[in-house]
Amino acid sequence: MSNYDEERLAELLAVLPPAPVAWVQAAQELPLARAQLDELVMRAEADAAFRAQVLADLETALDAAGVEPRPAVVESLRRRLAR
Amino acid sequence: MSGETDAALAARCRAGDQDAWRELVERFSRYVYAIAAQGFRLAPDEAEDVFQDVFARAYERLDTLRSDDALRPWIGQLTRRCCIDRLRSRSREHPAEFETPDPEEAADEEALDKVEEALAVHEALGELSPDCQEVLDRFFCRDESYKTIGDELGLPGGTIASRISRCLTKLREVWEGRPEAPPASREQVTR
Repeated sequence: MSNYDEERLAELLAVLPPAPVAWVQAAQELPLARAQLDELVMRAEADAAFRAQVLADLETALDAAGVEPRPAVVESLRRRLAR
Repeated sequence: MSGETDAALAARCRAGDQDAWRELVERFSRYVYAIAAQGFRLAPDEAEDVFQDVFARAYERLDTLRSDDALRPWIGQLTRRCCIDRLRSRSREHPAEFETPDPEEAADEEALDKVEEALAVHEALGELSPDCQEVLDRFFCRDESYKTIGDELGLPGGTIASRISRCLTKLREVWEGRPEAPPASREQVTR
C-alpha cells in the first residue's frame, strides 16, 4: 500500500461520512417493500381494471399497499408493469 | 464492521438472507453516498434518489453479477450510472435552468479516485479494535467534537485526543501492512 502519514489517513477517513440514517433504513427495508410490490404486481397482472388504476396513479397505489412511494420504488413498479 | 468478505456477503444476499442485505447496505452506504455527493456533486434530494435507486437496482440485479468478488466495483459502477441517469433526467426536465455539460463527463474523477482510496482506508479501519474504530469514526467521519465523544463514551477530553492519536498510529501500521490493492475497476462487471 502507498505510504500515507497519519494526516493523509485522517483526511481520507473524512471523505466517507455516514449517509443519512433514514436513507440507509429505507434501503435496508427494500426486501420487505419488494414483497409488497410483488403482491401489487401479481394483482395488477390478474386484474386489468386494477392494473389501469395502478398505472394511473402509481404513488397512491403504493401508498394504499403500505409501501412508501419513494421515487426508486415508483420507478421499479413502473418498469415491472411495463413488461 | 463485519469481517465477512464481499463475495460471501453477496452469496448470502442472493440466497435471500435479509440480514445479509442489511449488512450490504450498511457496508456500501457511505461509498454510494460519497460518489453521488462528492463525485457528482448532486444536491441532497437528488443524492437521496440516486442512493435509493442504486440499492433498488442492486437488489433486483444481484443475479447478474459476474463474480461475487466484484461486488464493490459493481456497486460503484451502478452508482455512477444512476448519477449520470439523474443528471440526464435533470437536463431533460429543466433544460434552461441546468445547462450541464454532457452527463457522461460530469463526474469529478479526482474526487472519485479519492473516494476509492477512502474506501480502502475504511477497510483498514475495520481491522482495528472496536474502540479505535469508534473513536476515529466519530472524530473524522462524523465530525464530532472531543466533548461530544467524551460525553458519549464517558471519557475525559484529554483521553479522547490521546486515543485518537494512538489509534491513527495503529491505522497507519495496518495500512502499511496491507497488500497493494489493484486499481479501481471501471470494467464491465455484470454478465
